Amino acid sequence: MSPILIIEQLLNGLQFGVMLFLMAAGLTLIFGVMGLINLAHGSLYMVGAFAAAAVAAATGSFFLALAASLAAAAAAGVVIEVFVIRRLYRAAHLDQVLATFALILIFAEGARWVFGSFPLYFDVPPMLSGPIMLPGGVQYPLYRLALIGVGLAVGCGLWWLTARTRIGIQIRAGANDREMIAALGVDISRLYTVVFALGAALAGFAGALVGAIQSVEVGMGDPVLIMAFVVVVIGGIGSIKGAFIGAILVGLTDRLGGIFLPEVFKLFMEPGAATQTGSALASMAIYILMGVVLVWRPSGLFGARA
Amino acid sequence: MIKKLLLSAAIALVGTAAASDVKVGMITTLSGGGAGLGIDVRDGFMLAITQAGRSDIEVIIEDDQRKPDIAVQLSDKMIQSERVDVMTGIIWSNLAMAVVPASTAQGVFYLSPNAGPSALAGRGCHENYFNVAWQNDALHEAAGAYANQASFEKSFILAPNYPAGKDALTGYKRLFDGDLAGEIYTKLGQTDYAAEIAQIRASGADSVFFFLPGGMGISFLKQYAASGVDIPLVGPAFSFDQGILGAVGDAALGVVNTSQWNKDIDNPTNAAFVASFTETYGRLPSLYASQGFDTANLLISAIDVAHPDDADAFRAALMAADFDSTRGDFAFGSNRHPVQNIYAREVVKEGDLVTNRILSVTLENHGDVYAADCTR
Repeated sequence: MSPILIIEQLLNGLQFGVMLFLMAAGLTLIFGVMGLINLAHGSLYMVGAFAAAAVAAATGSFFLALAASLAAAAAAGVVIEVFVIRRLYRAAHLDQVLATFALILIFAEGARWVFGSFPLYFDVPPMLSGPIMLPGGVQYPLYRLALIGVGLAVGCGLWWLTARTRIGIQIRAGANDREMIAALGVDISRLYTVVFALGAALAGFAGALVGAIQSVEVGMGDPVLIMAFVVVVIGGIGSIKGAFIGAILVGLTDRLGGIFLPEVFKLFMEPGAATQTGSALASMAIYILMGVVLVWRPSGLFGARA
Repeated sequence: MIKKLLLSAAIALVGTAAASDVKVGMITTLSGGGAGLGIDVRDGFMLAITQAGRSDIEVIIEDDQRKPDIAVQLSDKMIQSERVDVMTGIIWSNLAMAVVPASTAQGVFYLSPNAGPSALAGRGCHENYFNVAWQNDALHEAAGAYANQASFEKSFILAPNYPAGKDALTGYKRLFDGDLAGEIYTKLGQTDYAAEIAQIRASGADSVFFFLPGGMGISFLKQYAASGVDIPLVGPAFSFDQGILGAVGDAALGVVNTSQWNKDIDNPTNAAFVASFTETYGRLPSLYASQGFDTANLLISAIDVAHPDDADAFRAALMAADFDSTRGDFAFGSNRHPVQNIYAREVVKEGDLVTNRILSVTLENHGDVYAADCTR
């Protein structure tokens, strides 16, 4: 277990964490401000990736593709907010889950109908491809470093938005007490649409960024959605800061657990069994983390309300 | 009332007329993750049926959504209410385990175009179950044999943590003579392999064997290429079929993978298949498409000899495998799984197209180790 390997895994955990944050930030805003459980958030991630892959194939430009992912996911977000989600704010959580689950199926089969069943080609731009040598002899893919940078920048941007702008104050107020800010004359329906579009755009952006190093295919958002919910629960519903800390914690736990737990088990088991037990336990690690956090703080690390 | 009687009489007539036809039930994965494989099998199968111009073969196609419970429901429906004679189509081994034993026990013939779990090749084999593709271990064993030929001595091996993943690593280790630099099971459906690639980099291996079908393979190959690790990769064809290569692009170039089929296997049947598939569907066939095509042609060749109602004659005709395969000569072993050549292929670029080219025959007339346990 060399220090180089540990540094590389720390970077991997950080990179995974900031991408999870992009997903979880939207989810926690929508959950916190509107009280809505949006299972279709993973579909917006997929919409962003598909839009980016299609635009990259048509124009050859990675940055146009990123812009397209933001626009397409935000547009999809506005459309589903206005036509479907708006009817669900007063409904029970079970109805919301049913309706947004239906949206997952509609988006999945819609994407298959438009793009076919085979994964799309979408790659990182040449200027960001390949590895670079970091101080200390760590070789690390440049694109993943860029992802860390972009994720941190978006995090700062969101902090500024929520802490320093008028709409941010409204969003935070909405997360704390919806009835009160409606009574104070804030156009709540417009605020909801804006927040939903913002969350959708972030999810789509994450989908496009991650899609370039993964496979752009139908259903790609579903596993990320589960992780993002874990992050939201750990961080506390409605809290951007909680989503950020939670995402980094989950990212590091997942990446470091995957490699260190099998090593720990090798100390007292034979290697083959240690690998299997270790990797089985590593896939549970983030849920164990979630359990521990909830026992310690039932409303999450920075939850506004239980 | 009279109308109703006439109608039911007509239906009865149609029913008896159809009884001499052969009904084929195809349950395969057409939606959700992994739908590309089922679509290729279906398209290859239907291409052969259309080309043969056989109106006496009726094919009923259903989508299992890659879910065992749905596959079981569909097979019950096909056997009990549609009364199919032959079933085919299943892609995934866990679904095959749920459907095949129950179907063959009810007297239906099952021709597998893809899944070949070891449990159905050995003690659990059945006289009505034929596998036209391969026993699951075959391509992994070939990868191990190829690693020996390439004089690799220290392999890092990885596969998803599910039964076929364990079979894959077992298959590789069965024929590989060298040592292991590391062995990891990843999560099924995992999309980020940064942690595993870091371990590979630190392991001091001289080769990497991986079995990551579908989207998992796409993610791994792209990330591996970007990581700057240059240890040679070896894998079974499942991460290098035409559908995947289109999404991976140049990142896969030069990787050696093992397959029982490739589009450049030199025989007239294969050349005609590749040309007509490309023309009909506007894309190159994958190994799955070739398996679907071969399955249909095997079926047609057996129906020419006997109707499935005459089970013994039909079974003998299937066993004879008297059809032109895209793989050249085709023969079944004693457990009704193929005995065939497995090739090493290399990913190359032909013009703008990333595709495979055969390097050499890795295993000649290769059967499987489970045949000895099959006594039925």
